[in-house]
Amino acid sequence: MKVDSIKNGFVIDHIPAGKGIELYNLLGLGELDCQIATIRNAPSRLMGKKDIIKIDADIELSLEVIGFFDAGITVNTIKNEVLVNKTHMQLPERVENVCKCKNPRCITSTEQELSHIFRLTDRENRVYRCLYCDSKLKSYI
Amino acid sequence: MRSLIDILELTTKELDELIAVAEDIIENPSKYSESCKGKKLATLFFEPSTRTRLSFEAAMYELGGNVLGFSEANSSSAAKGESVADTAKTISCYADIIAMRHPKEGAPLVASMNASIPVINAGDGGHNHPTQTLADLLTIKREKGSLSNYTIGFCGDLKFGRTVHSLIAALSRYENIKVVLISPEELKLPDYIKKDILVKNGIEFVETTDLDKVIGELDILYMTRVQRERFFNEADYIRLKDSYILTPKKMENAKPTLSVMHPLPRVNEISVAIDNDPRAAYFKQVLNGKYMRMALILKLLEVEVK
Repeated sequence: MKVDSIKNGFVIDHIPAGKGIELYNLLGLGELDCQIATIRNAPSRLMGKKDIIKIDADIELSLEVIGFFDAGITVNTIKNEVLVNKTHMQLPERVENVCKCKNPRCITSTEQELSHIFRLTDRENRVYRCLYCDSKLKSYI
Repeated sequence: MRSLIDILELTTKELDELIAVAEDIIENPSKYSESCKGKKLATLFFEPSTRTRLSFEAAMYELGGNVLGFSEANSSSAAKGESVADTAKTISCYADIIAMRHPKEGAPLVASMNASIPVINAGDGGHNHPTQTLADLLTIKREKGSLSNYTIGFCGDLKFGRTVHSLIAALSRYENIKVVLISPEELKLPDYIKKDILVKNGIEFVETTDLDKVIGELDILYMTRVQRERFFNEADYIRLKDSYILTPKKMENAKPTLSVMHPLPRVNEISVAIDNDPRAAYFKQVLNGKYMRMALILKLLEVEVK
């Protein structure tokens, strides 16, 4: 299968197989009108199978959201068809309005205008806790 | 400007300083009687509480300050749908410090993020209750002479009991503490507290369902109420509420130096007959709560008393 190379933009690589569409939706890529390719179950030496997203536009990409989604993802930045930067994701210390707190006793359950903020409390086990009520949330995957 | 939302925001050095101030207040009350003159404490209680609200109010009056506030959500603008953030901003215009109790977890944090005056968490649902922990720590210090070197048993509802969680977290920073967790299977201490606090800090602990078996080993027995309001299901509450009742018979096997603590209110988990036992420390705990709240108000208002 052939997908054209991109001129200026990003290749989001090493997405766990089958999860590309979820990340596509989480990043709100459906709202953009540039060329975007999502490749599912591409062969990978490291992972066996992986998903890839190619974005042919120099958009503002939220590395925080991608890192929270999966810290194994790599983001390649392309300028004039040349790879200029390869960023290995890390779990962000804090994420805002990516996931909602599910604790019915949390203040965010009744006060709709509050941001849903989670902070990383255990990097090894990928544990995030709600800033307000300390409820546990596993990272996205 | 500082608030107090979670007991772990205070270092052990700060806890020691608060305890020292509280003990000085006990020794020299008149020295502090005008220390907050002209200052106002707003008690914003969105759910009922007798002890904590009156303790805060008594604390502020004994410091020479004044108190305003409300004692249930229905008599505040929350009933009209006002947000916690707006309430905090509004009260900041009237008072110098806020003590807030709210049924929703995290509400006092939201208040502290929006208020321009210090906010004290006076209990947010089943989450945090740092001033109860301050009362507990002063009680342990005064009963045992130190916050280190003893065996403490927690008995009853260890799953939903926020006072237990906060006290365990606070004690985990002191030396040579052994913890005995006594509860029915359904109300055991949550795994994340065992893992994140006890195991992480190398605290020796055992779990049991049998109070009689372990009572003789304890220096402190911290009893808790099985709280109706923490259950979604009434049948579960009725089934578990009488699981652990402390009676004079049970106390026969306890050390003569045991201190029995309870955050109160009790229902029937400590027999009234134990109130006259010199080992009962739970009403002293109430009094200690007032002194620690006085010390905390002074600290957060940055009032120095010479």
